[in-house]
Amino acid sequence: MDRLIKKYSRKLVSQKLCAEGVPVFGVLDDVTRWNSDADENEILDRVMRGLSINSILFAPAAEPYCSIIDYLAEYSTDINGQIRPDDTETRTFFHDIPVIKSFTSDEILSGLKKRKGVIIPGHGIVTYGTVTPEQAFVTFSSICFTTFVKFMSDYYYHFKGILRMKGSPEPVFNKAVRWYRDSLSAINSSPLINAPFKSGEDVIQAIIETGRLTVESGMVDSFFGNISVKYGNTIYISQTGSSLDELSGCIDPCPMDNSTTNAITASSEFSAHKSLYSLTERKSILHGHPKFSVIMSMLCDDILCANRGECHIKCSRKRYIEDVPVVPGEIGTGPDSLSRTMPSAMKGRGVIVWGHGLFTSGVEDFTDAYKNLVDIEKMCFEKYLSLVER
Amino acid sequence: MSTYSNQDSAIIKMDQKYGWTGCILKIDLSNRSYEIIKPESEIYKKFIGGRGLAGCYLRPFCHLPWDSPEMPLLFFAGPLVDTESPASGKMTVMTVSPLTGTISDSSVGGNFGTELKRAGWDGIIITGRSRNLCGIKIQDSNVEFIGAENLRGKTVSAIFRSLPAEGGAAAAGPAAENGVLFSSIGFTGDYSPGRGGSGLVMHAKGLKFIHVKGSGSTAVHNSKDLGSARGDIMRLISASPALMGELGISESGTGALYDLIHSRRMMPTDNFRRTYFQDAGLLNAWHYKNKFNPVKTGCSGCHILCRKLSEDGRAIPEYETMSHFTALIGNSSIDLVMEANEICNETGMDPVSAASSIACYMEIKNLSITGVELIRLLTDIAYSKGDGDLLKPGSKKIAETLGRPDASMSVKGLELPAYDPRGAYGISLSYATSTHGGCHLQAYTVSHEILRKPAATERFTFTGKARIIKLAEDLNAVLDSLTVCRFIVIAAAIEEYAKVFNAVTGSGLSGQELLMAGERIFYNERLMNRIRGFSSSDDDLPSRFFKESGSSGDGITIPPIPRDEFLEARARYYRVRGLDSEGCPVREKCIELGLEWTD
Ligand code: SF4
Ligand SMILES: [Zn+2]
Repeated sequence: MDRLIKKYSRKLVSQKLCAEGVPVFGVLDDVTRWNSDADENEILDRVMRGLSINSILFAPAAEPYCSIIDYLAEYSTDINGQIRPDDTETRTFFHDIPVIKSFTSDEILSGLKKRKGVIIPGHGIVTYGTVTPEQAFVTFSSICFTTFVKFMSDYYYHFKGILRMKGSPEPVFNKAVRWYRDSLSAINSSPLINAPFKSGEDVIQAIIETGRLTVESGMVDSFFGNISVKYGNTIYISQTGSSLDELSGCIDPCPMDNSTTNAITASSEFSAHKSLYSLTERKSILHGHPKFSVIMSMLCDDILCANRGECHIKCSRKRYIEDVPVVPGEIGTGPDSLSRTMPSAMKGRGVIVWGHGLFTSGVEDFTDAYKNLVDIEKMCFEKYLSLVER
Repeated sequence: MSTYSNQDSAIIKMDQKYGWTGCILKIDLSNRSYEIIKPESEIYKKFIGGRGLAGCYLRPFCHLPWDSPEMPLLFFAGPLVDTESPASGKMTVMTVSPLTGTISDSSVGGNFGTELKRAGWDGIIITGRSRNLCGIKIQDSNVEFIGAENLRGKTVSAIFRSLPAEGGAAAAGPAAENGVLFSSIGFTGDYSPGRGGSGLVMHAKGLKFIHVKGSGSTAVHNSKDLGSARGDIMRLISASPALMGELGISESGTGALYDLIHSRRMMPTDNFRRTYFQDAGLLNAWHYKNKFNPVKTGCSGCHILCRKLSEDGRAIPEYETMSHFTALIGNSSIDLVMEANEICNETGMDPVSAASSIACYMEIKNLSITGVELIRLLTDIAYSKGDGDLLKPGSKKIAETLGRPDASMSVKGLELPAYDPRGAYGISLSYATSTHGGCHLQAYTVSHEILRKPAATERFTFTGKARIIKLAEDLNAVLDSLTVCRFIVIAAAIEEYAKVFNAVTGSGLSGQELLMAGERIFYNERLMNRIRGFSSSDDDLPSRFFKESGSSGDGITIPPIPRDEFLEARARYYRVRGLDSEGCPVREKCIELGLEWTD
């Protein structure tokens, strides 16, 4: 556990979610262990013992997340004092995010009794894990992601005069845009392990490398996303709940004919990947949740549309961002599953699933899939800026 | 708690009318009479339903021998049964186990719980003993006792055929008549609350069957809230590859685990002497699918439908049966597994204990057995003939009788299921801490150690596992009380079910308060076991697991479990659970949890 809290403290910093040295992590078995001797430990310990959890994380988010979160907490909560994002990741796994006023054990407890994370404006974010500190890390990272996405999509509607953002969102907006532009322009990598693959082991190494590059690019959260290669009649796919930057030991070989059921632990998008491989000659798939691809997919001016509020499953319009189609669809295998919409839409560089993320694919290896992921995200970013330019 | 006679029409508190029926049927078989218990709302709040409520009503009698006429046999459904709540068609059967001497609870699927609720009952408590075999027919508030001597010797399905097809039924089969300590109760739809020998308790009461049919429905406090809470859970279930993925349990049944456990090198083989079975690739779920072209079925109201029936209507075995009737005893024939499963279902035996008892016998006698011999031996156990007579008390007694107590792969006398504890240390600790013996279900660490949900944990370590197990035991105690399917923890959290619970009952408990009830329910069971004389020396694993390695390979090493680390983790568990150093409940904790203390 000590190893795990060190690891996730490091990841918070390397993924630019927190500044160095600020995350406070505690884990509880029969006694609590902390990563540092912080002032907050006592209150957090009380919180942890008051809940059926085994780990807790408190940290102020790094910029620009910090400004975004504080802005939303001040101006954008619903009547229950919660921030309510619209993206699919949040709607499926986190619902809404409570905002509380002060850093006291009672208030934190009341927020965490309802949800997996809570925001304390001016202080930071508290999240928890029930079986591993990794869950606390994931929730923290998701709150940063989802508030970013919400802020940017609200800003678009604000600019269009459809919604009025209170206070002054502009400085926050400018800060966030500058930050993201810098981080996008720093991307200059591309996968080195390329086709032809000579063995399953080659395939696995290529997947591990591309997963890592995708996270290092700073475009996506490590925890959400999946990746696969079809090699012969086997799909090598990342496991459910694995992190794109740590795929070693987390890749399941799944025969196309389903003759072994190892895929029971494969990514929840296994069916979508399999269907794409059956419909096309593609050999690789890369999927992540790059911010502006998600944001752009959610922006639609037809505010009177009857499907509004359920766009993620019901949108029937043929929508594109430049050449890239946007389709509805939910995670997994339900009746509205993206496995029924995404694969048939994959005709060009990639497909964006509404409010969820971007799928790209390649005919041989990850060279195209990775390049397309980066290019489409850059394109979405530029496109977004052009829409909100005065 | 207040007890009312048949004529009383006491008014129950408002909130009990939603979710709960507010009525429990208490039957005394000695004089074929019954009364209605109407628990106060406080009891429902504290014990929820299902396993919790059953434990509450078992407690006053828990010191008695399992075959005492006063020993209750309890069938309890939870408040979510017969509502729109996802995967909530389960029920608990509880009593004291003839096999282990501990309390014995099992969650059972099918439609019995739903019919029970529709008939207006949260549960049935059976006490007393009928001189002649009898049956009980419940149609709403009508309770009828029927002679059942004519059903003596009949198989479980033959008993069901003699009953009205409509409704749900439970029956004790021939194995119970012949004194098999691991006899189970069969339920319509090929279900049985497998473990611990509740079938024998039923038979000891002279009870052959219960048939229940209801025409009412369970009232829901707020259908709109229920609809939205249900939507959230359905979305999570859809997003779960293990449940709804194209190779998950909805498609392949629990047999979907077969390949996974095999590839993790933790499939119990040759009575747990090895952990890798070379023929496993020929015996996985895919082969059953190809061979039997199964159709999906499942518990009332569940859309996951994890049970599979072959084209000709035979039950496709669950993972445990698939594994134990192959790897554990060295069999490589699917047809034989199907046949063994059918014998267990028809005679009313727990297939896990049956296979494990045979494996124990094979190890001690240094035998390998043919298909014909396997079928004969199983049948002989059920009918107490030949060597079957030696095997019917289960592996612990077999091993003691034959002078090799180390060869019983059981905890507290309950044979271990098909996950070798050397392959996941949380599983090993949870075998030891379970209140009914060697069972993986009370903490279901398979979820995070193997299925990576809600997040993956490292399987070869005890670090952090004490609290994780305690919390999971509490959670599962709640689910068994609501009575929601265990598999749900793979997808949804208690917060989601708290919303459902509140929409159904209107009681306004948070997820954390439900978990507190779970802690109380579990502690109550631990307390009953202490009263029955159990302590830390019983919370242990067979010595084999600490001395012998499993079958390493494919880059996976399966060493013996480090004994000192196991003991340290167990000590931590005792502290986290609020037990003394001997694993026994203490007065203060009982008071804190609102449980009555017995010295
Ligand atoms: S998943 Fe299976 S066991 Fe669980 S409720 Fe559904 S049918 Fe029953
Ligand atoms: Zn995704």
